[in-house]
Amino acid sequence: MKRDRLLRSLALHALLLPLALLFLAPIAWMLIAATLPNAEILAAPPTLLPGTHLAENWRDLNADLDFVRVMINSIGISIIFTSVATLIAAMTGYAFAKFRFVGRGVLFTIVIAALTIPFEVRAIPQYLLVARDMGLSNTWWAIILPWIAYPLGVFFMRQNMLSVPSDLLEAARIDGAGELRIFAQIVLPIMRPALAAVAIVLFLFQWNDYFWPLLILSQKDAYTIPVALGTLVGLTRVSWGGIMVGTAIATLPFLLLFLWLQRYFIAGITAGAVKD
Amino acid sequence: MTPEPAAAPRRRPWRRRATPYLFLTPFFALFAIFWVYPIAYSFVLSFLNTRQRPWTLDWDFNWGRLVQDEYFWNALGNTMLILVVQVPIMLAFATLLAVAFSSDLLRFKGFFRFAFFAPLVLGAVPYSAVFRLIFNEQYGVLNYGLTAIGLPSVSWLYESTPALVTIMIAMTWRWTGYNAVILLSGLQSIPATLYEAAKIDGATGVQRFFLITIPMLRPVLLFTFVLSTIGTLQLFTEPWLITTTGPGNATETLVTYLYQQGFRSFNFGYASAIAYSVAIIAAIFSLLQIRLVGGREVER
Repeated sequence: MKRDRLLRSLALHALLLPLALLFLAPIAWMLIAATLPNAEILAAPPTLLPGTHLAENWRDLNADLDFVRVMINSIGISIIFTSVATLIAAMTGYAFAKFRFVGRGVLFTIVIAALTIPFEVRAIPQYLLVARDMGLSNTWWAIILPWIAYPLGVFFMRQNMLSVPSDLLEAARIDGAGELRIFAQIVLPIMRPALAAVAIVLFLFQWNDYFWPLLILSQKDAYTIPVALGTLVGLTRVSWGGIMVGTAIATLPFLLLFLWLQRYFIAGITAGAVKD
Repeated sequence: MTPEPAAAPRRRPWRRRATPYLFLTPFFALFAIFWVYPIAYSFVLSFLNTRQRPWTLDWDFNWGRLVQDEYFWNALGNTMLILVVQVPIMLAFATLLAVAFSSDLLRFKGFFRFAFFAPLVLGAVPYSAVFRLIFNEQYGVLNYGLTAIGLPSVSWLYESTPALVTIMIAMTWRWTGYNAVILLSGLQSIPATLYEAAKIDGATGVQRFFLITIPMLRPVLLFTFVLSTIGTLQLFTEPWLITTTGPGNATETLVTYLYQQGFRSFNFGYASAIAYSVAIIAAIFSLLQIRLVGGREVER
């Protein structure tokens, strides 16, 4: 019986391990290619050990655009977006979870319905609104504003806010605390895990978003990392080494963060998937 | 537990009543501007002739063109083909992975979760760049591997069927781990006593999988199915960057066509009609989920 278990366990690992390596291979290849000269990236058999060409590849990446500037755009946009959108999601989720008011059911239904509407439906009027009417093309605000109201974040925050004890809020009210103070000093601190989960998902979303920035950004100085990389991939004379350095920069921080904060990643990303 | 402060309310009631609305104001103000207005205006646009100035109302201009546009039907056909082939394969794979993840026979769970989940952390653009390189006909690692084990090399990016397969492989690589994690959280809500009882009754592992796991997982499976469907309907980056919608327009999807019409040809009205057709299909699939899952919960 025990030997049987061991055999089955071994078989499972023998099956799963090659698959796992296959899934990691493209990422490993990306990191290796970032250090190789173009000729070796395109050579057969492929070079499987890191090379010494990282600095040259970085130079290639910067041949056509200022990638530091592009990185600053991505970092700045993602940080501002994540902080504001997380706060607004928390406020909205709190109101839905902890107050009874006229219109609560209708408003919440609207938020949930919005979850199922593809972004493409909004894309064209939003482009006209942001680029033509507001004149915000090529600014950080053009990327940030349309997504700050983020329905999935509201849904997830509401689910989590339900667990805030109402007694605690009542007690604070009796002690004379204002509503904003209750929210900032009682609700937000005990919601830290949920806030972290939402913030990670929002940051990841904004960092990787491509379609909307592609529509609204036309100047190289305003590009985010995905848009910049996208234009490089489309060029006819391609420096793959440069692109791989860019993709590594876009990816590596998250891989490390994911290793470290797996629990919050998974909590945020499965948010709303399993209904209770 | 807490005594009601009915005797001496410290705050005026109107202030208490206004509180939730104050918390909701930032969200709904932005929501009105950037969700409600565009969704409504897009609908209007789909009935405008934006080919001339000023834009004029013409009920049939875009929708009439849409039903006769062979490029639209090609894009819809490609999208549906990817959907019908890729989504079931991926979800079957994800289900098996989730079962493996939850097995007490598996060690190093952290490593396996990381391996299958890491692709999700990559953005669509970075991984599309990597896949374009890996699937290249002359110098791609994949063809090198195929020829090394005696198989013919494949023109992945420059022939219709292989190009579609490339897109499907890329999507499967990226999204399987994500679906596996969602399914895993579904698995964990199945009572262990069900499995124990089945074991005592002599059910084999395969029987337990088909008679307990799959039926109990149905709501979550449907959820992942709808999410994947909506995701596939919105497919853009992979065909845009890996295959550049080619060869010809063999990997053109609804959204790459929308992009061409809206932002290359600046035909806003027609692009809005395409956008709404995407939304209508997505809505049908979402309603289907509500019907199927909702109906099941009534049964219980």
